[in-house]
Amino acid sequence: MQQIINFILRNKTTLLYLFLLFVGMSLSIQSHSYHRARFFNSANWVSGSIYNTESSITDYFDLREENNKLVEENTKLRSLLFNDEVKEITSQELDSFTFQIIPAKIIKNSYSLRNNYITINKGSRDGLEQDMGVITSQGILGIVEHTTTKFAAVQSLLNTKSNINAKIKNTNNFGSLKWDTNRFDVVQLEDIPRMVPLNIGDTIVTGAMSSIFPENIPIGTIKKFDLTTSQSFYNIEVALFNDMTNIKQVYIIRNENAAEIRSLEEKISNDQ
Amino acid sequence: MTNNVYLINALRFLLLVLAQVLVFNKLNFMGFINPMIYILFLYWYPIKQRRGVFILISFLLGFTIDVFSDTLAFHTIACITMAYLRPAIMRFVFGVNFEFQSFKLTNTTKAQQITFLAFLIIGHHTIFFLLEIFSLDHLLLLLKKIVFTSIGSLLLCVLITSLFSAEKE
Repeated sequence: MQQIINFILRNKTTLLYLFLLFVGMSLSIQSHSYHRARFFNSANWVSGSIYNTESSITDYFDLREENNKLVEENTKLRSLLFNDEVKEITSQELDSFTFQIIPAKIIKNSYSLRNNYITINKGSRDGLEQDMGVITSQGILGIVEHTTTKFAAVQSLLNTKSNINAKIKNTNNFGSLKWDTNRFDVVQLEDIPRMVPLNIGDTIVTGAMSSIFPENIPIGTIKKFDLTTSQSFYNIEVALFNDMTNIKQVYIIRNENAAEIRSLEEKISNDQ
Repeated sequence: MTNNVYLINALRFLLLVLAQVLVFNKLNFMGFINPMIYILFLYWYPIKQRRGVFILISFLLGFTIDVFSDTLAFHTIACITMAYLRPAIMRFVFGVNFEFQSFKLTNTTKAQQITFLAFLIIGHHTIFFLLEIFSLDHLLLLLKKIVFTSIGSLLLCVLITSLFSAEKE
């Protein structure tokens, strides 16, 4: 007994180090599962409010540019409205739609890591929940992974854990969109069979196979494609429409039917 | 005087964390270089303090940075490892000198200080990027990140140390 105590006393720094190393390791292993540790991300109130304060100061620097982006988007939507004979609607009618849109602002963004997360200034009190889609005026951005009352952490497209259903525009050939961590403006589309005709420059949009995004939200264009080693599927490099380094205003898509779809899917997987 | 040491270190902790997460994490120089200047805390921390406390504080420092940058526990592990290895590095860089009571970081030569800092930074970055990338498939990417980020961190840290160096009494 005496010897054990002596041993502990003699090596207390090493033991402390090993203990803390163990804590660190278990935290990172835990955070690698899909549902991450609840409080330890940048959406908690301490880091959230610091980033929020910072963003409220730096917002002024690019107001003009943001304004131009919004006007551009408005012009696009207006021209869509007038040329496609969609009827103008009032805000009361908006509430009955399947997809609700919640605007938000990015307060922290990263794109140089392997698993990038974006923090936005809306949280559960604004109706945000896990697994809601996040888009910008140009295309998709990511999926809400965790919310606190006032903030949310969004899993960016530029994240090795990201896996989004996507298809080639005007066809029904879908695959999954992943990121190989090499470049922040290019993501990869996998599992498109080789008989599908492809052209460089074709547009990639979100597919219908998900309860997160509505169909046909733009993602990017085909930059390069080649066959995988098995020769049966394509490996497609997709150049993103979004400039991931420079985004401020985002929209969160709330699918009112998401819970229903998910419970149905769960029932199927339970039956199997 | 002792109170002063605690106050200075607490303030340093706070300022380095804020500078790291609000300024240096967003630099993205050449697309990927984000210098990690918070390692200066390990460089500046008093030598005569108890090691256990030092490792605990490093854990806290790494953890705070991790929470802010959503890289859970990579910074923490790199940081506590460097804190643990610091005496060994110091012995290597400064020789047996550093075990004397009168030893002070400001009394050493500039070259020694920079070597010490470089060892801390390279060790830290190697562990950090090994954990972050976590595969040897991207060996080239790993080396590129370690080498260039280390150079960036070292340059900035040297600049900051010379900017805030205590006037010699």
